[in-house]
Order: sequence, then structure tokens, then C-alpha cells
Amino acid sequence: MYRYDEFDAAFVNQRVAQFRSQVERRVSGELTEDEFKPLRLMNGLYLQLHAYMLRVAIPYGSLDSRQLHRLADVATKYDRGYAHFTTRQNVQYNWPSLSDTPDILQDLAEVDMHAIQTSGNCIRNVTTDHFAGAAHDEVADPRVYAEIIRQWSSLHPEFSFLPRKFKIAINGAKQDRAAIRVHDIGLQLVQLTDGGVGFDVYVGGGQGRTPMIAKLVAEGVAEQDILSYLEAVLRVYNLYGRRDNKYKARIKILVHETGLEQLKADIEAEYAHVKSTFLDIPKEEIERIDAYFAMPKLRDASAGVAKLAETRARDAGFSQWVSQNTHGHKVSDHVSVTVSLKPVGGVPGDATAEQMHLVADLASQYGYDEVRVSHAQNLVLPHVAKEDLYAIYQALVTVDLAEANVGLVTDIIACPGLDYCALANARSIPVAQDISERLGAIERQKQIGDLKLNISGCINACGHHHVGHIGILGVDRKGEELYQITLGGSSDENTSIGAILGRGFPAAELTDAIEAVIDTYIGLRLSDDERFIDAYRRVGPKPFKEALYPSDQKAA
Amino acid sequence: MFVVTGNRLLDGIVVYLAAAHHWVEDLQGARLYDTSDEAQTVLGEQSDMIVSLDVIPVSKQDNGHVVADRLRERIRSDGPTIQPFDAIPLERQFSTAAD
Ligand code: HEM
Ligand code: SF4
Repeated sequence: MYRYDEFDAAFVNQRVAQFRSQVERRVSGELTEDEFKPLRLMNGLYLQLHAYMLRVAIPYGSLDSRQLHRLADVATKYDRGYAHFTTRQNVQYNWPSLSDTPDILQDLAEVDMHAIQTSGNCIRNVTTDHFAGAAHDEVADPRVYAEIIRQWSSLHPEFSFLPRKFKIAINGAKQDRAAIRVHDIGLQLVQLTDGGVGFDVYVGGGQGRTPMIAKLVAEGVAEQDILSYLEAVLRVYNLYGRRDNKYKARIKILVHETGLEQLKADIEAEYAHVKSTFLDIPKEEIERIDAYFAMPKLRDASAGVAKLAETRARDAGFSQWVSQNTHGHKVSDHVSVTVSLKPVGGVPGDATAEQMHLVADLASQYGYDEVRVSHAQNLVLPHVAKEDLYAIYQALVTVDLAEANVGLVTDIIACPGLDYCALANARSIPVAQDISERLGAIERQKQIGDLKLNISGCINACGHHHVGHIGILGVDRKGEELYQITLGGSSDENTSIGAILGRGFPAAELTDAIEAVIDTYIGLRLSDDERFIDAYRRVGPKPFKEALYPSDQKAA
Repeated sequence: MFVVTGNRLLDGIVVYLAAAHHWVEDLQGARLYDTSDEAQTVLGEQSDMIVSLDVIPVSKQDNGHVVADRLRERIRSDGPTIQPFDAIPLERQFSTAAD
């Protein structure tokens, strides 16, 4: 786990003091709202539908138990006892007051946390694989580079006022669990022929109103060169990115309008220039940061592995949870555990202070003090000995966090939607809850198999609907909530953007429609093992259209 | 009919204009304006302690109850339509003193 050095700590404390004085000056009337608003946004404080919303950065989704306890304490002390984990591996509080916010930021600074660069047209929190450093299929630990990029991009003077927000994701495993192809820059760690590690660089992906898949612009950029390369891409974007139209300002539009070849040439030219002036990352610096992310000294737990099989044979619920919610670890007597924040019928990504404290306790007792936040809005204990799984499971049951549904249809990603968000067209959470309740029986979920269902309350796509195998987008039709269904999206190494199936459904008919899509899939899949996305790619939208819009088919 | 709404600067909570410079949390206490223009004219006179000012359309039901026309505003006035957690008391007290 990266720990702040003196410079980091002093800097964050200074920012808190500045914000405290800015709030005081706003309250005394010295600053107008127009002057104050950009200052509060620079500290992650938005004004939403009902109240302020504070977005706190969780760099590359990594927390230790002390930090998670503190997030829970903030929820109790200053908010309404819960928090919302987001698809950007951040956490949001829905009810803080402006007057408490300097104190909240102070409490967070004490545990090396802050809300800087969680808003605005800057480089946002770098996201990565939630199993980083633990996964058995990893080339290298992406957190090392995420931290290097965090340090480089924090308050980078040249990149604090980009044409638009900028999101970077890094994946270190063969399987893409960081959705890198729908980020402004996606970095894939690769093994180089000389034995070192490097990056394949994808540029220009994004969701929102114009979803696009990032294009590969460079292969095998060596690790010591990656900051120079990023600097070059950002400079080209900063220079040529459009500032005349907010909807055309993301780098994806630049890639689209400039064309890949020209853009590559622009980046190469800038890179050559940067390389001559900008320092390579020294080997010692990479090693220094690397040391922070060393695998904890795992204890030898091989003796307990056999016991796990016995316990599973006795407890079917536990066994289901182990199959669904654990992931292969580098060390065979350990696993990574996903704690689902998607209890059937619950609010995706929300956790109470009690639940957060419990997960933090489990991390310190069994998990070498590490917790991750996943972009699917779940929590992860990356290193857990197999023999401790039962104790963890039993503890999770007591706080309603033992849902065995990771990767299944009720593991829904949903944005806050119209229940909280000022930009929303329609509600997301009640839709997620209704679908979850309808399909929540574990037999039904197992029958359906792997399926990603993502919901956004407007075209900004914070709920990743474009890349859900099934996506749901809330729109506003003459004041009424209406939901469009998209099929065929995916955010892994075979990223695709879902296609709209047809006209939207009112909320009351939506769950039926989703169930019809799922039953159509079950009816046409080649075997129980053919996943929804694979079946869809094989047959295309036609059978699903026929199921949802039967009368259209007759007319045509 | 129209009402003037905003959020209190200090705690961000939704409020409605009841009378000159007097804001209330309950939509039922809001002053009703016949036209949007009429409501717009008072916006400029308000204290800087209320932010995100807006004029929104509302209707009066037969029983006299005032309801916002748009769903967004109904959710703003009544709170989230979901109970995030049944177990959590959502009534953490915000100061009710209106400016
Ligand atoms: C205060 C509430 C929020 C506001 C005002 C907001 C605003 C936006 C806007 C305007 C966009 C579109 C950007 C563009 O296309 O240029 C966007 C995209 C996105 N937001 Fe949010 N959002 C909010 C909450 C969230 C939450 C809760 C999450 C995580 C669950 C999230 C994650 C994302 C993601 C993943 C995207 C799409 C990726 C992209 O930037 O292309 N946002 N958001
Ligand atoms: S997708 Fe739209 S409704 Fe959902 S959080 Fe983003 S801006 Fe709000």
C-alpha cells in the first residue's frame, strides 16, 4: 500500500486549510457563488438534487482497513450512515453539508485521502484491475504505474485545464478487468521481448453520448518511457482537443476527427520532443514505488485447503459463494474474495457504516489489511487464505453482504440516477432493484449464468450501460421515464458497444422486457455454457427484437 | 402555477420561497406565482445564502396539495424514492432555520 511521504501529507493538509478558508469567505459573503463554485468542485463537492455530494478519490481503488474504517466514520459522523461506491472506484457521500466539508476533508487527510481531481477537466483518478497484485493471470502489478501516474498527474500545471475530463485506466492481467478500451487512455501491461515490461497504449475510448472504443496507438512502450509518452498524448490533446463544444471535447472526438494515422504522427512528433527534455522514470524510482506494492508475506495455509472442501460439502450456500465470489490467486492456497455490494433488491454500490467497518475488520483479521473497490461497485479482499473463507463468509452473512452473485445478473452496475443526480432523466436504482428481485433466486441466476447488466439514468453513461451485455438507458419522454435496452456491449478485451434494440419501455414494463430478453437467450443458446454475450454475438439482435416487438415483425 | 426553489448554501438542502426572503423546506409552504415571469422577477432579489435558484411549474390538486409537475422536482421535494437502507434513520437533523 502506498503511504504518503511528508510532501504529500503537507500538501493535502494545506489544501484542506485553503478550502476551509474558502468556505469561510463564501459564508461571510466575501466570495460570490460564481467565484466559489469552481473552488468547491476542485475539492470534489458537487451540488446534487437534494444536497451536496462529496466524491472522495480512492486511488486505483486501493484501501487499507484504517482508511475504510475512516470512510465509515465519515458516513456516521457527517452523513446519513452510508456511502456509495462508484464505477470509477471512488466513493460518494450523498448528504454532507458545506459547513462540515472542511472537517470531513481533514478527517480524510489524516488517513492519506482527499477529494482532489475528482471533478473538473483534469486527469481523474486512475483506475485499474481490482485484483491487481493478486491475480494469477497478471503480467505486472498495474498499481505501481497507477501510482507513478497519480504523482505525475496530480496538479500537473499544464494539464489542470484540459478541454474536458480525462480518464486513464491500466490493466495488468491478460483478461481486461479495468475496461481500458472505454477510457481516454487505456494502458495494457505487456511483457517485452527484452524481458522488461511495457505498455500497449489505447487512446480515445469513452462512453457518454458518443461511445467509442479506444484505438491502439503504440505497442510496447517501455515502462521508463511511459510518462513521456503520456505527456506527449496529453499535450497533443491539450493543443488540438476542441474547446468550442463540450460534447465534442473528449479526446475520442479528436481521434475520430483527426484520424488515427495523423494523430499517431502528431503524438510521435511530440513524443520525440518530450523524450529529449523530459526525464525517463529512473529505475530506482520504479523500484521504490514497487516496494510499496509488494505482495504481503502470505502465511503457508496449504494445510487448510482440504478443510475448505469439507465445509463446502456441508454448506451449499457457502459453496455457491466460494464458486461465484472468489478469484484465483498467484499463490494457490489463497484467493481474492469479492464482497458483493448487490444484495438482491438492494441499492447497487451502497454500503452502510456498519458494513464498511465489518469489511475493514475482515481485512485486518484475514486479508493482510488490503481492500479494493471494483469498477463493478463491489469490494474486494485481494489476499485471503482459503482456510479463512468460511469465517469470512459467516461474518458477511451477519451484515447482509454474502450475496453469491458476482458476475451474475443481479450484480448490476447502476448509477445514482434521478434519485440523487441533478443531470438524470430517469431513475436507475429502483429499476435495478426490481430486476434484481425478479431474477434474484439463486437457481434462476445460475441458470442464466454470466451476464453483465448495466444501468444509466442518462446518456452520460456513468452506469456503463453501453458496455453492459444488457444495457439500460433512462430517457425522458415528455416528462415520463422511459428505458431503452441495448444488447451486446462488453468492456473486456473484446470491447463492444451495445446496440439499441428498439423503442423504449416505461418502468412498469421494463422488468418483463428484460426477462423476455433473458428467456429468449436461454431458448437459443447452444448449451448452458454459452454465455449471453457469446450467444448474442452469434445470432445478432433479430430473435430479441422478435421477442420484444412481436407486432412490428408482423407488420414488416 | 410556479414556485421558486433553491438549495441552502450551508447544508445544501432543498428549499422553497415562502415570502420575501423567507425560505421553507416544505413545498406546501411555498408561495405560488401565476406566471413564470412573475416568479423570475424575484430571483434577483434573493440572498446569496440560497444557491442554484430555479423557477419550477407546480399544480394544485383537488385537496389543495401542491405537487411539482416534473418528476425530477417531485423527487427533489419528497426525497429519494428508494430507502437506501431500511435500517438507517434518514432523519439526521439538518438545521431547519431558513435564511
Ligand atoms: C455528481 C454526479 C455525477 C455527475 C454530475 C456526472 C457527470 C458525468 C458526465 C457529464 C459524464 C459524461 C462525460 C462526457 O461524456 O464527456 C459522465 C461520464 C461518466 N461518469 Fe459520471 N457523473 C456523476 C456521477 C457518477 C457516478 C456516481 C459514477 C460512478 C458510478 C460516474 C462515472 C462515470 C463514468 C464511468 C462515465 C463514463 C465514462 C466517460 O467519462 O466517458 N459518474 N459523468
Ligand atoms: S449517467 Fe446520468 S443520471 Fe447517471 S449519474 Fe451519470 S449523469 Fe447522473
